[in-house]
Amino acid sequence: MAALVNIQDLRVAFSGVPVLRGVDLALQKGEAVGLVGESGSGKSVTWLSALGLLPRQATVTGSVRLDGRELLGAPASELDQVRGGRIAMIFQDPASALNPVLTIRKQLCEALALHRDLQGNAVKAEARRLLDLVGIPDAGRRLEAYPHEFSGGQVQRIMIAMALAGNPDVLIADEPTTALDATIQAQILELLSSIRREFAMAMVLISHDLGVVAENCDRVAVMYAGRIVEQAPANQLFADPVHPYAQGLIGALPPLDGPRRRLTAIPGTVPDPAKMPDGCAFAPRCAMAAEACNLAAPPLAPIANDRVVACIRAEASRRALLGIAAE
Amino acid sequence: MSPPLVEVSAISRSYSMRSGMFGRATAVHAVDGVSLTIPKGETLGLVGESGSGKSTTGRIVLGLEPPDRGEVRFDGKPMAAPGTPAWRAQRARMQMIFQDPLGALDRRLPVATQIREPLDIHGIGTPAMRDERVRELLRAVELTPAHGARYPGALSGGQRQRIVLARALATNPDFLVCDEPVSALDVSIQAQVVNLLCDLQAQLSLTLLFISHDLRVVRQISNIVAVMYLGRIVEIGSADDLFARPEHPYTQALVSASPAPGRRSAGRIVLAGDPPNPAARPQGCAFHPRCPRAIARCASEVPALSTLSGDRQVACHLVTGAQARDAA
Ligand SMILES: Nc1ncnc2c1ncn2[C@@H]1O[C@H](COP(=O)(O)OP(=O)(O)OP(=O)(O)O)[C@@H](O)[C@H]1O
Ligand SMILES: Nc1ncnc2c1ncn2[C@@H]1O[C@H](COP(=O)(O)OP(=O)(O)O)[C@@H](O)[C@H]1O
Ligand code: SF4
Ligand code: SF4
Ligand SMILES: [Mg+2]
Ligand SMILES: [Mg+2]
Repeated sequence: MAALVNIQDLRVAFSGVPVLRGVDLALQKGEAVGLVGESGSGKSVTWLSALGLLPRQATVTGSVRLDGRELLGAPASELDQVRGGRIAMIFQDPASALNPVLTIRKQLCEALALHRDLQGNAVKAEARRLLDLVGIPDAGRRLEAYPHEFSGGQVQRIMIAMALAGNPDVLIADEPTTALDATIQAQILELLSSIRREFAMAMVLISHDLGVVAENCDRVAVMYAGRIVEQAPANQLFADPVHPYAQGLIGALPPLDGPRRRLTAIPGTVPDPAKMPDGCAFAPRCAMAAEACNLAAPPLAPIANDRVVACIRAEASRRALLGIAAE
Repeated sequence: MSPPLVEVSAISRSYSMRSGMFGRATAVHAVDGVSLTIPKGETLGLVGESGSGKSTTGRIVLGLEPPDRGEVRFDGKPMAAPGTPAWRAQRARMQMIFQDPLGALDRRLPVATQIREPLDIHGIGTPAMRDERVRELLRAVELTPAHGARYPGALSGGQRQRIVLARALATNPDFLVCDEPVSALDVSIQAQVVNLLCDLQAQLSLTLLFISHDLRVVRQISNIVAVMYLGRIVEIGSADDLFARPEHPYTQALVSASPAPGRRSAGRIVLAGDPPNPAARPQGCAFHPRCPRAIARCASEVPALSTLSGDRQVACHLVTGAQARDAA
């Protein structure tokens, strides 16, 4: 099946410093893909660059295709149709994404006018339907309210309504619940998954919370220092991660039940983008690193028909896992 | 169980808040009748959503602000009046760590100078001994003298939090209040700091009040966990047991809302309604508008925190009511 969105060798540099160093990622129709990794690993930049939302000093190369059409370097008019139309994005800090001096109705109607062929009363009716859909009580009256009159969770619901205004095929949700409390986060995640089912919409869920991604995605890509280092079906990734960084991330998560064990912390910190090691970027922190790891950055290579890993010792790591499984 | 180091009895604190320019002043009950006991050498974890009163409790326990009602006793004695020599002596035995290490450090000073500062303030040891102590503290938090020479801006978030920890440990405190100490850190760095805190606590027999909204981190580090909702403790118990068998409907929802790899969201308890607002606390059980199991009585009668069994205490009409029925 041809991918809905296909990213190939995407590279981004800010003032000459590379921060995305060759990202390959494909998104199928209706699929939920999670993107996890340390802050600064390039999760947000991947999608901001794909949608042409980075400032001028960013140099972007590679290819991002939507249904086969190239988005990088596409004319502004075409990108305007894609953004908010076929691909919508919601952000971590929802309050800053809404205009504080305009009512919710104005902002929703603006989004609708941009992407949908609706006139007069139909626009307002649709705005109301969307607000209803995302679970804002008393939607008709609340349309006339301003952003500050809503709680954080409600503002995020409104952002989701705005994202749905263009009937998108893909929703990019960048840390959509990070600023919210646990019980409100659970509400928003449930809303996202029910909307996704109803509209068969694909979703990219960017999060630093492995639990959130594990529960809400079919497939997960782990990013480290501007590259994807492992990609696998969610259940497989969490059950047996192969890349040492993915193993480290999962080992670093304290369990909520069962016996308490010492956390397997990854030593050190992420490398400075301006001083990236020559070989594998994870080598300075990797317990499995060998001489050969410092020679060249390992490419993403398949280890099963739906799993890829960028590690020269992946074979050893995988054999070790199979060995354990065979016992 | 070891004797208590910190005893908090029925502390309350409210603030008056004006809504809008001409609005009437309303009372925000930040903390309402909270009692806690932390045995020497143990860690009590305090969890709850934003605005539930965790930080306010922490500040009162440290004597940074007085409670309106209730009392805090430290090592058997009531907290001395702020500013007195007795208060300073007590305060030197307690320290705190906050979420934002950069805000807690002075950007214009090398971090070693800042670790040394409490020793200078309290006049502990000779200058040479203080230098040696700084080296020892840096080692204790797994950093080197070279790190000590740097400014805060030249350290990573995890390293800064270690510096704050080293400074907090400088005076050899018995008691540490940590308010969201790892919330701003990435998972891999968070694990480093959590391990370090666990190690230091065991080595130095520290007593900890550990405040966090992250159930996983709290369970990892705590012996006892207390759950707060709108200024009150709704459930308290041993860390392992509490999260394995939560009894209060709010604790059950919190545990259920905590996503876990390897478990899909089937069967999740998703609470309806908005996050709790401390300026408009509902009558009766403050949780009743969101509680999936509320009964008529919950809207009018405040459930008292009562012992369920062993070290578990729960404030819920259903849980303790059922027990009362069983006993009858
Ligand atoms: N100095 C103050 N003046 C007025 N209101 C205050 C003050 N300090 C705290 N409050 C209010 O008291 C309530 C409890 O606050 P507190 O900071 O203890 O919550 P918390 O549980 O630590 O929340 P968070 O998880 O967001 O840190 C909140 O509604 C807060 O706005
Ligand atoms: N507008 C910008 N100008 C310069 N550097 C940027 C800009 N946006 C992001 N970066 C850098 O790009 C890298 C990746 O950032 P980002 O994609 O935001 O990470 P995350 O994985 O946390 O979403 C980081 O080193 C960040 O500092
Ligand atoms: S390539 Fe080498 S350094 Fe990189 S993750 Fe694999 S084993 Fe570790
Ligand atoms: S007292 Fe009532 S409202 Fe409160 S938690 Fe128990 S059942 Fe729910
Ligand atoms: Mg980001
Ligand atoms: Mg707080």
